[in-house]
Amino acid sequence: MSTGTGSDPAGITRDVSKEDQKRDRQVKYVLLGCAGVTVATTVAIFLVLFDNASGYFFENRLHEIVLGASVEQVITFTEFFTGTRWAPDHSTPAHGILPIVWGTLTITVGAAFISIPIGTATALYVSEYSSGRVRAYLKPSLEVLAGIPTIVYGYFAISVVTPFILSPVGEVVGLSFGRRSMAAGAFVVGVMTIPMVASISEDAMNSVPYDLRNGAYALGATKFDVSTKVVLPAAVSGIFASYILAVSRAIGETMAVALAAGMTARITLNPSEQIMTMTTYMVNMARGESAVGTVEYQSLFAVGLVLFLMTLAMNLLNDRLKQRFREEYQ
Amino acid sequence: MTVEESENETILDRGVSYEDVRGRLFLAVCVAASFFGIAMLALLLWDVIATTYSAIFEFGVNPRDFLTQTSSRNVEKAGFYSAIVGSLWLMVIVSVIAFFVGVGTAVYLEEYAPDNRWTRLFEANLANLAGVPSVVYGLLVLGVVVNGAGIGPILLAGAVALALLIVPIIIVSSIEALRAVPDSVRQGSAAAGATKWQTIRNVVLPAAMPGIMTGTILALARAIGETAPLIMVGALFITTRTPGPFDRFGAMPTEIYTWAAQPERQFIAMAGFGILVLLVVLFSMQGLAVYVRRRYEVEFGE
Repeated sequence: MSTGTGSDPAGITRDVSKEDQKRDRQVKYVLLGCAGVTVATTVAIFLVLFDNASGYFFENRLHEIVLGASVEQVITFTEFFTGTRWAPDHSTPAHGILPIVWGTLTITVGAAFISIPIGTATALYVSEYSSGRVRAYLKPSLEVLAGIPTIVYGYFAISVVTPFILSPVGEVVGLSFGRRSMAAGAFVVGVMTIPMVASISEDAMNSVPYDLRNGAYALGATKFDVSTKVVLPAAVSGIFASYILAVSRAIGETMAVALAAGMTARITLNPSEQIMTMTTYMVNMARGESAVGTVEYQSLFAVGLVLFLMTLAMNLLNDRLKQRFREEYQ
Repeated sequence: MTVEESENETILDRGVSYEDVRGRLFLAVCVAASFFGIAMLALLLWDVIATTYSAIFEFGVNPRDFLTQTSSRNVEKAGFYSAIVGSLWLMVIVSVIAFFVGVGTAVYLEEYAPDNRWTRLFEANLANLAGVPSVVYGLLVLGVVVNGAGIGPILLAGAVALALLIVPIIIVSSIEALRAVPDSVRQGSAAAGATKWQTIRNVVLPAAMPGIMTGTILALARAIGETAPLIMVGALFITTRTPGPFDRFGAMPTEIYTWAAQPERQFIAMAGFGILVLLVVLFSMQGLAVYVRRRYEVEFGE
């Protein structure tokens, strides 16, 4: 088989000129190279984050240590993971990541309280109740909502949500909201993740076979029963996948919280106070154009690594759930 | 109440039963939830337009000056022009890099890749890349391109970050477009004596191109609104010069961020004006994507 390629055992393309066949092979390698870019991206993310984060914890970066530099730990993991003050750029520096992890978690949980119930109810309405005409308006509107840049949501928080929604509510419950607050950040992140929960949950509900619904109706179930006791449980792994994705998105959300939630790293439960998320810390520190090799610069990568590992865990969980859902119905 | 009576009630006069109330209440909650998102969207758009109005009439921002002046710390001299040029350059470079890499990868996966463990691992990797926060892409480029390769915080570095961010999106939508081309078309081309690449270039890609273009335009619209990766590579830069590919730069979203974070109300109003410009660009791109899909999509009858 000097002329045939692997995919052409019958040798139909034997008449094709040698140049065309050579071009065919070259193109395949170019395309393989393109595919290699995405693999290289993943590998590079891991390498860059670990390499520079090691420069934060140890005196030297990982590749320098591998090449024989000394391993001298300057920031202990105990301080990093259990310290309650975060100020790597302060004159008396502190390296406890907990306050900014706390900031990220409060935003994530707060946002989930908005996006999960509203997104699920929207999905139920679109999939089980709405007429075709309502759906034809509702779904594109949600797509537009999903396509709005996150910086715009941050602006929306300080320009509308805080003065016209949070402040009036705050007066009733006795909280005074400043320009930036944990609640404002959580609110807009919740709103921006509604379309994600709604559309993925709706897909899951749509792929529940109609036989299941009809079976329940035949037994005398109401539409409410069918929606909550048949469709919801049957689509549950797909719905959970949408929640995980929304949570993952909220963890990594940057600009909306940088504008809306504030820049003070602290552990608090008061929704009217400012907090700082991991992502806010990163954009603030990069803004300062910290010089390469300084502890501020290396701290970006340490925080980035923690952030990346958190979202990676969420994404892997999401993959698992999606696979399970596919096995169930498709 | 006996069973018979209750049956009569529901079947004959449809009186209000507990189940009726519960069902209607539930529907009302679902409808309210569905319109919450739309209400927020309406509120957001209304606010952007109202702020632009107040920027022009309350603060006296001349729209022509706004669109022709460059970035400045002085609120009277600050304009959006350099940011618009920065975003246009980003769009050009990002579309070249991301289109080539994204479509190339999709063609490889769909037309060449064997169905084995490595390919499945590759696809899982792709799904995870799509979930990596955008700020991490900025960090990657900061470490590898800006400081590692030492090209500095220039526009090209920002373009690389945005391109890497949207490549997974373009790959997924291109794969879908390629899958929609039936195998009979490929076999017909092969039977006519074309090589695999000739088939792809002359038959498969033209047929899939509307879908690929739609996906690419939507991905570009996503890239153009991204702020965090640009800030990570150092785009918060105030300059009176309009940037080229090898200059320090700002773009529309980073300029909006700078203005929105200022204490002066006029800057905040200008941020609203900037958002209006950004949204007009985004909605035009999304409209164009829908138009391309409707106008050029090839239907294959089975």
